[in-house]
Amino acid sequence: MTALTVPARPEQDASPRPVPWRRIVWVTWRQHRIALAGVAALLGAWAVYLVLAGSSLHHAYAAAVACHPASSLVCVNLIGNFNDTYSPTAVAVTAMLQAVPGLIGAFVGAPVLAREMETGTFRYAWTQGFGRWRWALGKLVLLAVAVAAAAGAFSVLFSWYFQPFLAEGQQNPIAPLVFDLRGVAFAAWTLAAFAIGALAGMLIRRVVPAIAATLAVYAGLALAAGNFLRPHYLTPLVTSSLKLPSTAWVVSQWWTKGGRFVFAGRFPPDTIVRQICPPSAVGFGKIGPGTLAQCVVQHGYTQWTSYQPASRFWPFQWIEGGWLLALSVLLIAVTVWLVRRRAA
Amino acid sequence: MNIIEASGLGKRYGGTWALRQCTLEIPAGHVAALVGPNGAGKTTLLNLAVGLAAPTAGGVTVLGGRPPGSPVALDGIAFVAQDTPVYKNMSAADMLHVTRNLNRGFDQHYAETRLGELGIPLKRKTGKLSGGQRAQLALTLALARRPQLLVLDEPVAMLDPVARHDFMASVLTAMTDDGVSVVLSSHVLADLERVADYLILLSRGRVQVAGEVDGLLASHRVLTGPAAEADKYAEGPVVHVRRAEVQAHLLVQATEDDPVPPGWEAHPVSLEELALAYLREPGAAVLPGPARGWAMPVDTGRPSEVAK
Repeated sequence: MTALTVPARPEQDASPRPVPWRRIVWVTWRQHRIALAGVAALLGAWAVYLVLAGSSLHHAYAAAVACHPASSLVCVNLIGNFNDTYSPTAVAVTAMLQAVPGLIGAFVGAPVLAREMETGTFRYAWTQGFGRWRWALGKLVLLAVAVAAAAGAFSVLFSWYFQPFLAEGQQNPIAPLVFDLRGVAFAAWTLAAFAIGALAGMLIRRVVPAIAATLAVYAGLALAAGNFLRPHYLTPLVTSSLKLPSTAWVVSQWWTKGGRFVFAGRFPPDTIVRQICPPSAVGFGKIGPGTLAQCVVQHGYTQWTSYQPASRFWPFQWIEGGWLLALSVLLIAVTVWLVRRRAA
Repeated sequence: MNIIEASGLGKRYGGTWALRQCTLEIPAGHVAALVGPNGAGKTTLLNLAVGLAAPTAGGVTVLGGRPPGSPVALDGIAFVAQDTPVYKNMSAADMLHVTRNLNRGFDQHYAETRLGELGIPLKRKTGKLSGGQRAQLALTLALARRPQLLVLDEPVAMLDPVARHDFMASVLTAMTDDGVSVVLSSHVLADLERVADYLILLSRGRVQVAGEVDGLLASHRVLTGPAAEADKYAEGPVVHVRRAEVQAHLLVQATEDDPVPPGWEAHPVSLEELALAYLREPGAAVLPGPARGWAMPVDTGRPSEVAK
């Protein structure tokens, strides 16, 4: 048996100085380095793809833009070819990247507390001298900063990759899919997904259900934000012109005649359009929504459009980043508070 | 100084009280054994003392009046939870490093030397250690923090007899060499009998017996006599009656000097006998306080009889 004696105790101290915060850094790194490596691998693989695909995309775009004179058939075809070749892939990439913040939140955020609860190691961690709420706060803040910084750097790369489509003036920068991958939004969404994961893990206390819940909540929140919140960050501009800028994000459209709503605010139904604007009046072969609308307008109707102009990209970025940051801080604070008061 | 002091302490989970009306003072400088059947509230009491749980009723302080879970309390108490949880994907060396980072003081040299003496490889993942090795690792992590109080919840439940013996010897060494106060729980008293000098018996969420082992043994005797006469003594200080065919064995609260009835013989009691007798009589109690020494039946009154 051991003959080693237990070391002498330090002096009893009525109010010891707390264990320094910096000591949690190594602990966090050691415990979560595999999850962080997973984030690095996921974002790294995408980054390699974006660099490779982006450089050929930029080459093709530069060639198309350099074409003179721009209005010549050759040049128009060049731009058309560029769009046909690269646009579908870019749309697919954009769609797939939507999942990245959710995955990071689920696989980095959710296990932080759920794994401790599931395996019982919280009884070790929460009885160390560091203190349990400081332990939770330290770990969550470090991991949150790490994943948000990685996501922020990644979104810079994505912005570069996607730039040609925006430069063309056809793509709306505020509408869902592209908006949340650029600017500060991608980092903010990653941060929020991480915070959702952390809280879900603390509430559910089991890793796999917490991961599933995180993915579900993230997806719901992202959809709701893109479709219902973002159109109203700032009061939309309203115009009765039929010629909107191509980058405008249309929020809603309605029709009036003589100061009253008509057609229940929607585009006129086919039956009425055929009555007031029969195909013969518009001219065969030219029928399209635009020409029809012009014809309807000529009969005393007015089309109103509320829209968000592309120039509001940055204000919208700061608004979305701001509330997501506030939400994340709140969720992490609630998580730490739960750790502090939870009765085992 | 009382290392754990509880008054009216209660903890309810949902509709059931895991611990109720627990009033208790465990003085420093002991190896205190917390004994009781499964579900008696041992883990609950220890969780309350280390700050992992918050009381539903009453209060508890540690290390002479400090609130459990406060920085001062965490600093002075090392807790080894049931099933000795450690991070299974970490090596023993990593666990030392993590524990060092999470505490003000950590004696790395002591921890490494101790693990070396125990033959626990530092580089091996803790998930690949045997149950005994993992328990020893958890104990090492706790001791290297230089605690004033070491709290062990069912530390040997999962261990084989040899590992049990070694573990208890380690605890005893820590206690005698350094004066670390120890509180450990078990549902098997035999594990603790050799090391404990203070006994707390918990039953159905209540403290039934609390006191120094020597004092408890000195204030209890076993009387053996004719079974037919057993009923005469079934009142008062009798804790438990065990009848055989001819003879009856009565555990009574009495000292060596108390008179023995004619025809009866008095024997000293072993700690295990004593604990078992009380556990069979949930109504009996012996607690420090004004009525010290004599049991006042708490709810059932007459002790029940167990036919042998």
